[in-house]
Parts: sequence; structure tokens; C-alpha cells
Amino acid sequence: MTTLPKSTGRKLGLVIDLDICVGCHACAVACKEWNDGGSGGPLSDLAAYGADPTGVWFNRIHSYEVDGAGSGGCGGGSSGQTVYFPKSCMHCETAECVTVCPTGASYKREEDGIVLVDAETCIGCKLCSWACPYGAREYDQVDRVMKKCTLCVDRIYNDALPEIERVPACVSTCPVGARHFGDLGDPDSAVSALVEDRKGYGLMPEAGYGPVNRYLPPRARRDREQAAAVTLPADLCDDLSPDNRLLKWVDRLFSR
Amino acid sequence: MHPAYSVIFFTVASGAGLGLQVLLAALLLAGHVSPVSPVILTGLGLAFVLISGGLLSSTFHLGHPERAWRALSQWRSSWLSREGVLAIVAVGSLALLIGSAFIAPLEALRPLGIWGSLLLPLPTIAATAMIYASLKPIPAWRNGWVVPSYLVLALMSGALWLGAITAPFSGILPGQVVFALVSLVAGAVVKLGYWRRVDRPEAAMRATGLGPAGTVRPFDPPHTQPNYLQREMGYRIARKHAGKLRRVAFVAAFVVPLALTLLSIVLPHWPAAGAAMLAAAIATFGLIVERWLFFAEARHVVMQYYEGE
Repeated sequence: MTTLPKSTGRKLGLVIDLDICVGCHACAVACKEWNDGGSGGPLSDLAAYGADPTGVWFNRIHSYEVDGAGSGGCGGGSSGQTVYFPKSCMHCETAECVTVCPTGASYKREEDGIVLVDAETCIGCKLCSWACPYGAREYDQVDRVMKKCTLCVDRIYNDALPEIERVPACVSTCPVGARHFGDLGDPDSAVSALVEDRKGYGLMPEAGYGPVNRYLPPRARRDREQAAAVTLPADLCDDLSPDNRLLKWVDRLFSR
Repeated sequence: MHPAYSVIFFTVASGAGLGLQVLLAALLLAGHVSPVSPVILTGLGLAFVLISGGLLSSTFHLGHPERAWRALSQWRSSWLSREGVLAIVAVGSLALLIGSAFIAPLEALRPLGIWGSLLLPLPTIAATAMIYASLKPIPAWRNGWVVPSYLVLALMSGALWLGAITAPFSGILPGQVVFALVSLVAGAVVKLGYWRRVDRPEAAMRATGLGPAGTVRPFDPPHTQPNYLQREMGYRIARKHAGKLRRVAFVAAFVVPLALTLLSIVLPHWPAAGAAMLAAAIATFGLIVERWLFFAEARHVVMQYYEGE
């Protein structure tokens, strides 16, 4: 059934700390490794060792340069910072990837809010991927069905695993502890406290999908004022724009 | 968005077929023509080929076409499912109408076929348009011009194909020419309105939420090669020719067919028939370009994560 549950018992999701993520991609690799052999697998790769490799990934790590106010460096550059930005399914409360599904293959679980796809009934029309603003849906070109993050549903309830490992693979593997897993519907949970404390936010709330995952913003940099106050020696910057007529001519020549 | 040829062909062909079906049903209800006359049967046959060919083509872009029947189950929430259900009932009433001309026991059911053909095609076209108009991550489609565009363009191409069919038989009926001219003008108006709306900059959703910290620039993509999302949503080829293609679509879909339809009024029988057929063919070409642009020009918000906010 692709109609959404009115409310879910729990709202399981991820909290991602953008302040300490180092962009190592270990979460994406661990995700691929677990799910490749898990219930949703295999996650196909095409031309994995070729010139144009492509494959199914549930987790992607973007990185961004964020310019802050400041004027350090030559040419009035900024005291910017690099932000690593892992992104996977948000397990939205109003998951329109589910409601657009014509077959009922997509569904949102009433007990914990996890959004899943039944690979046996998916027709591979890709409409769910069009309906998702976060890019969480993947088309498997070999199985010809849609696949997505399951929040490691086959790990988190798995009695065969030691209790400490009953978290999504991405959370378990993160070497810096930038990923947290828990019930974001419970105001007393550890993840909710973290979100409260660090002013965590959901992505693109304007879309109205009610994403469950939360992002903890990078902390303000302590060295920002310091960096802004540093004045570089004038000649260091001048080297980049030669005053000498001969050098200018050479510069123009090479710039052609 | 990636313009899949199967979907372009589907929306243009089934749109024209469904438009033709409505107009034929209206002609039959008005009682001007017999439901078993060659001209009506030719029209119904063409509508059937266009609609069922379009529906068949729409299954080609599926990963599992053999499971397509499952798409009829979720009409409570999914516009794609509603479209499928409506299209099948619409085609069913068309088949009934055709069958009643050849199979005597079906003759009693002819009114059902006529009323179904009158009432079902337009909701089917509207459901197709709503598949696109309901997608929040694609601002170009999420506006009030999409549903009217699909409805008007379907009726317009249906009217032109009706002209192409009736002209060789009996000459074009006067009411028919008026309808074709009005629908051509209406089509031009809704398409210009849609393009104006799409070109208007709007408050975009911000992908990363990092805005308060400063300007956000993509630094390093998640993969070395383009992934599924970039191939499906990040279609950019020939977008730079969009302006030229819009002019081609506009002239072919509206201006030339309008001139040819006007010409067909004054021309004698056979040249008029030729002009009417040419009008339908050129308009269909124009609508294919228009539909290609509908997909190719639409941007998905997920691309902000790759191309910047």
C-alpha cells in the first residue's frame, strides 16, 4: 500500500555531524559492503574496473567549500572551510517517493518509519526517484528495480549480532563518530538531545517531505577572526600580478 | 530531466488519440454521422492505434514491463496508477465502439461506448499531466499551466487529425474548422504561458542548508563518474539550444497548422485534404519537439547537490 501511515510508532533515522565528518567515504563503503550481501543485494556495478564505472550506492559523500565572511589571503580571499556532506535516505514522514509508486512496491513501515522497496513487485518506472528531492533512490541496471537505503533493517533488529553492532553499517563504521542512529520521534532519546543541543536541521524543509534525518551544522571557527586579522606581506601577493612590462608581456603570451 | 523517447512518443501519441476519441464521440452524439460510416470507423481506428501504441511504448522504459499490470493497484495515492486505470477504461470504451460496428450483439452497448469515449479521455490526459505536476522537486512542472497544456494540446492534435481524416471523405465540416482554429490559438496561449512561467526565477529550495555559514560551492563530487541521478535528472545536452527549439516547436505546432487550416477552407476538395493532412503531421512534429523540451528544460532540485545552489 502506497498510502502513508498516519503516524509511525518510532521515527528511526540518522544524525550526521558536519562539524567532525572528515569525508573519508568509509560509511559509503561499509553501506555498500553490508547491503551488497544483505537482503537488498547484490548492488550491481557496471564496468567497475573500466574507464566509466557506475553502480548502486545508497550513501554519497559530497563536499563543499563554504565561504565565510573574512579577508585572509591574497586578493581578499576568505577564511572559508571545507564541509563534507554525507547524504542518504531521510526516511521522510511525508515520503512522496512512496505515494507516487503505482505498484505498492514502495512502503513506509508503521512501526518505525523506515521506507522500503519490495524488489519483487517494483516495475522499475523510476518515478520514485523523480519524486525524491534528496536523490535517495537508485536504479539497479542489472536487477532493473529501484533500491534504496534500508537503514540496515537487517542489522538493527538482528539478534544474531552483538547488541553494539545493531546499528546501520554506516554508523558502526564511522571512524570519527560523526554518525548517530536512533529514534528521532522520542524527545528523550540521545539523538534528539544531540539535535536539540547542536541545533540540528533537516534538509529542504520547504519541500514539505518531513525528512527525519538531521544534520548538525559545522561549529563557528575559532580562528576566523585571527585569519581575518592576518595581513600578508604585500610583495607575496604582488608576485601574482607582475608589474614588470616584460613579465606582463610574457604573462599575456602564455595566457593565450 | 532526461527526455526518454518512449515517454515523449507515449504522451504525444496517446494525447492525440484521446483527443480524437473525444471529438468523434461528440460528433456521434450530435448525430451528424453514422457510427458505422467509413469516416468514423477510420477515425476510431486511428485513435485506437495512437492510444494503444502510446500505452505500449510507455511500458518500454520500465525495468520490468511484464509486471506493468501491478501499476493498476495504487490508484488511491498514485497519479501514475490512476492514469493507467483511466487509460484502460478509455481504450475499452473505444474498443466497444469499434466492436459494435462489426459484432451484432455488441450493438446494444454502443451508447456505453459513445459516452465512455466522451467522458473518459480528458480525465486520462489530466492524470498524465498530474504525474508531472505533482512532483515537488521539479519546479518547472509544478504549476497551473501543465494540466491545461496537456488537455488543450491533446484536443488540438485530435482536432487536426480529425480534419485529416474527414477531409478526403466528405470535406471538412464547418464546426470542425472553427474548433481546430480555436484549439490552435488556445494551444499557443497555454504554451506561451507555460514558458513564461518556467522562465520566471523563483525562490529555490536550498539543498544543503549550509547557507547561513556563507556561499556554498561544490568542491568534490561523490563519485569519479556521473551516477544514476546525474544521468536521469542532470540532462543538459542541447539545453543551450532551448530558445531555438522553442521557436521550432511554436511554428510547427501552432503557426503552420493554423495557416494550413485556414488555407483548407478556400482550397478545392483534394488540395484541402492535402493541407489538412499536412497540418496534422506538422503539428505532431511540433508537439514532439515541445514534449522533448518539456523534459529537457525541467531541472530537478537534486542537481543542486552536484552543480551548486
